[in-house]
Amino acid sequence: MTSRTSRHAEGPEGRFVARVLVYPRAEVLDPQGRAIEDALGRIGFDGVRRIRAGKSFEVALEAADEEQATEAVDRMCRQLLANPIVEDYTVEWVSE
Amino acid sequence: MKCGIVVFPGSNCDHDVYHVLSHVLEQETTFLWHQETSLEGCELVVLPGGFSYGDYLRAGSMAAHSPIMAAVRRHAEAGGRVLGICNGFQMLLETGLLPGAMRRNRDLRFLSVDVHLRVERDDLAWCSHYRRGDVLRMPVAHAEGNYVDTGEALDELERRGQVVFRYVDAAGRREPAANLNGSERAIAGICNAGGNVLGLMPHPERCAEEMLGNRDGLGLLAGAVAGGGRVGALAAAGGQGR
Repeated sequence: MTSRTSRHAEGPEGRFVARVLVYPRAEVLDPQGRAIEDALGRIGFDGVRRIRAGKSFEVALEAADEEQATEAVDRMCRQLLANPIVEDYTVEWVSE
Repeated sequence: MKCGIVVFPGSNCDHDVYHVLSHVLEQETTFLWHQETSLEGCELVVLPGGFSYGDYLRAGSMAAHSPIMAAVRRHAEAGGRVLGICNGFQMLLETGLLPGAMRRNRDLRFLSVDVHLRVERDDLAWCSHYRRGDVLRMPVAHAEGNYVDTGEALDELERRGQVVFRYVDAAGRREPAANLNGSERAIAGICNAGGNVLGLMPHPERCAEEMLGNRDGLGLLAGAVAGGGRVGALAAAGGQGR
């Protein structure tokens, strides 16, 4: 599992917005990505090396500070948003 | 044995299981709403098939955090019997009561078809009406039944004998073509280390009566309630599984 966090965007005090990206782990077969890859080839897009189909979530939350916001989003990912057996997640902070 | 069937928004096999437990096997059976926090003294808890919460996020992931699941977890951890069928199996994986995860089926199709299963364990109450090596025919109906775990975890599962059912051909052979959803090691059903929690993708409740043309699944539900002993309905009709 990976968790990459960039500097939190400036926003109103105590309010944060995270974008969580969840992808199938590299070693896990991604049948959706493979099907999309094949379809792109069929409609003439050559040179597509790989497609991975994932999900994205925008999490707007209130927290005392950046550290708590990061910690909360990380726990959300581990407990619900991603299944660590088959998925990796990354967290980016965006402005509202 | 008092049986409880947990009903989630989107469950659609709850009444099928109820019918088999209550009317065919003549057990005291009740429905348990997912918002409840008590199992009302049920000894067997069934997490039925369906599309709980519309399969949002990942199949079974929302149901895994329902209020009743805390009670189900305590029941399982105390050695109580929990049976997860199809979506119920996915919930057991999402709660961590069983190891592993589900991916989309290998060919991305929803599979609604009869499959053959080989019984890998007959020392569990669940399988007390079967013999190891028996080949059963049961329907599957799922889009996410492609079982996966890490290589080490799969080895551990095998070493502990937690694989209970595998997809095979009609002759009982492991063939890639018989493993329609692409599950690792052709896994169709597994139990926890204690053997009291069982999850499987096929639907035994849909093949538990002669009038449906197939009763291979009756043995599993009979085993689930019978404490390992044979119950009347089944014993009277002879063995199960061929």
